[in-house]
Amino acid sequence: MVRTLLVRGMLVGILAGLLAFVFAEAFGEPQIDQAIHFETQMRLAAGEGPEPVLVSREVQRSVGLATAVVACGAALGGIFSLVFAFALGRVGPIRPRDLSVLLATAGFFSIALVPSLKYPANPPSVGRPETIAPRTALYFLMILVSIAILIAAVIIGRRLASRYGGWTAVLIAGMLFCAIIGGVEWLLPTVNEVPPQFPATVLWQFRLASLGTQLVLWATIGLSFGALTERDLAKQRNAAHSISL
Amino acid sequence: MSTAAQVFDPVYRPISIPARELLPWVIFAGLILLLVIYFVGAEQGATSLFSGMYIHEFVHDGRHLLGFPCH
Repeated sequence: MVRTLLVRGMLVGILAGLLAFVFAEAFGEPQIDQAIHFETQMRLAAGEGPEPVLVSREVQRSVGLATAVVACGAALGGIFSLVFAFALGRVGPIRPRDLSVLLATAGFFSIALVPSLKYPANPPSVGRPETIAPRTALYFLMILVSIAILIAAVIIGRRLASRYGGWTAVLIAGMLFCAIIGGVEWLLPTVNEVPPQFPATVLWQFRLASLGTQLVLWATIGLSFGALTERDLAKQRNAAHSISL
Repeated sequence: MSTAAQVFDPVYRPISIPARELLPWVIFAGLILLLVIYFVGAEQGATSLFSGMYIHEFVHDGRHLLGFPCH
């Protein structure tokens, strides 16, 4: 059972990665090219030569991008399927299809959207190499904290639901989540390493493209994993039913 | 294991997988999959398992677009 779910999660993740790659290629690469152009101009203006090329731009934007996004999709899909395997039957009477979409929404929120409000994605030439260690630590800390607060909010919401009903419970848990996340993001140090001359529209469109890429990834995982698992479990129930008759 | 009560029960009750069956998968598969994300997201950036910059440069565009800190 777990094996089937894990394999399905990873295959669905690969599909999600391929779709996200198409999205990233169309909407993200133009911004990366412009950012690299900006970086080269800045280096030339400072009297430095261009950066040594280890991997060509053609490889980076095709095979490299595809490998990164598909590998990440497969890994996220696999982890998603394990979380799904744990949540199934433990979070109340939710159909597999609905549970899958809910979990993927939770994943997009806590791993992509909420952390990006404090530490948004940055195009090349934004971010100083000497601060990469603290920036990486803060980014992963932000993801861990937002997952933890989301889980806490869901547990609190479920407790409240029996007393106040679903609508009020979701509202209170949602407000609690926003308040605590707001507090955490206010306390964590701000990182702003955007060069003053960097074009604002390129930065904005790059960040939109980054969120879009991650949205495609999570939406594909949630919808296709849910549809496949719903059909599979219904088949198993029917088979069990016909045997018992 | 489907009983008449279950078949005619309109409330959906999904099966749950016992924690003992789940745990080894979560530990082993979970670790390997997290390692994959580490290689795409952070290797040869904040920390390095391999020397050089080839992995970093190869996954460069994906790392930026997936929102990981880079450079």
